[in-house]
Amino acid sequence: MVDLLATILVFLGIAFFFFGAIGLLRLPDLHSRLHALTKADNLGLGLVIVGVALFHGSLLVALKLLLIWLLALLGGAASAHLISQYALRRNHQ
Amino acid sequence: MMNMSLTMIPDLMLAVLLIGMAWAALSSDDLKRGVILFIAFGLLLAIVWARLQAPDLALAEAAIGAGLAGALLLVALRDETGGKVAAGEVSRSGRWLVDLFALTMTCLIGWVLWLTIYTEPVERLAPLAHAMLAQSGVSNPVTAVLLNYRAYDTLLELVVVLTAVLGVMVVGRERRGYRQAGPVFCGLVHWLVPLLIVTAGYLLWVGAHAPGGAFQAGATLAAAGILLRLAGEDAAGLPGGIRLRWLLVVGIGLFLIIGLGVTLSSGQVLQYPKAWSGALILVIESAATASIAAALVLAYRGGRPQGWLTAVDKENNREVSA
Amino acid sequence: MTAQNPPIDLLLLLALLLLLLSLVLGMIRALRGPSLEDRLLAILLLGTGGVAILLLLSVSMQLTALLDVGLVLVLLAAVVTAAMTRRESNDG
Repeated sequence: MVDLLATILVFLGIAFFFFGAIGLLRLPDLHSRLHALTKADNLGLGLVIVGVALFHGSLLVALKLLLIWLLALLGGAASAHLISQYALRRNHQ
Repeated sequence: MMNMSLTMIPDLMLAVLLIGMAWAALSSDDLKRGVILFIAFGLLLAIVWARLQAPDLALAEAAIGAGLAGALLLVALRDETGGKVAAGEVSRSGRWLVDLFALTMTCLIGWVLWLTIYTEPVERLAPLAHAMLAQSGVSNPVTAVLLNYRAYDTLLELVVVLTAVLGVMVVGRERRGYRQAGPVFCGLVHWLVPLLIVTAGYLLWVGAHAPGGAFQAGATLAAAGILLRLAGEDAAGLPGGIRLRWLLVVGIGLFLIIGLGVTLSSGQVLQYPKAWSGALILVIESAATASIAAALVLAYRGGRPQGWLTAVDKENNREVSA
Repeated sequence: MTAQNPPIDLLLLLALLLLLLSLVLGMIRALRGPSLEDRLLAILLLGTGGVAILLLLSVSMQLTALLDVGLVLVLLAAVVTAAMTRRESNDG
């Protein structure tokens, strides 16, 4: 059943979110925490989006969800760059 | 008695997190930390609105509460160095007041929760709003309330926004701009600004039949302007001089013109003729979006733009500016 | 929650709880994280997690408008990060 597959994908995605959050808490410094964040962003959100797209079942909704995922990826990449540049500047002063 | 289902668990979690985050943001010594916690509070609040089946409010909270309010607060903090208040400078009575306030609000909210569970629901206005929806010109009940049933209130809200911006401009000149964007940030801006503009247009259009509307669209458009300013474009996409003044007042102006104009056909102010309500509402919302966006971006710029107070000294035939 | 299938409903509720738990972990970092950048990272996690929660709610509450809320949230997350990390120019 489509619903069951979708639910499994959603739970997998949430697992990645969970790992990302734990990484954010447990890793020692900013730059390693950035890595943890990208796992949650890319795979976590991606799997949840595929699951939700399967739940909704409409092409238009799936396209909108794909757009959200792409924006999260690109925005996350640029944000990570901005944050690490900011941290490097602050530490070198 | 309300049906106590399992969905109370995440809802209660959200409520507790919301109150806790608000208290933490208020009692933070480091102001920048406080602003960040406030942004987190805004995110939680957007989810709460979604759970309360209010997607219009969730949209507004996501755009204005979580995004723009955080940016505006940060810009206000830039005038101080680092934003750190030395621990102990926040007086003990100040701390006590914040804690007391948080406790009072928690008790109030708990009381309302208890009332919701254990008392009978009262007469609501929602069925009445839905009943007249077909004649209002739009099919989204929230837009009907904002732009038709209670159009006066929305007009006055626009006046409030304009007054706030005028207040900001009275205080001083606009702030220093930002550095030119490097390649990565430039790349981000190149696709994010057009997307924000298109999303703003989408929210404006879709507001007639689905959650959306002028305030949400205006805030999204303002985010595009703020992004431009952060990339080193000091004008933030706004025109200068007299065109900026027109942009600020076009929302209220058009609203008033239409509101007074329809008096000719229906005898009452803001009583749209039934066949034209949909079109008139769209026109008003478009103008309001432009004005709200311009006002928010001007507030972010921080004050009067260069050359705002320019008078022509006719005797000596030169410009005198403040 | 109004999805048609009760066991899927229950599973979605569990998913929501787990996601909220991840967000709580992120919030701890926002409260503690010694530097501003750490807190900013936590906000990014909350933003993406918030989008995921809204998407799940769009399924369980049958509200497709929540997809638009997720879109706006994703767009503004980058703006907020930029607002916090960009430096002012030296001239003027």
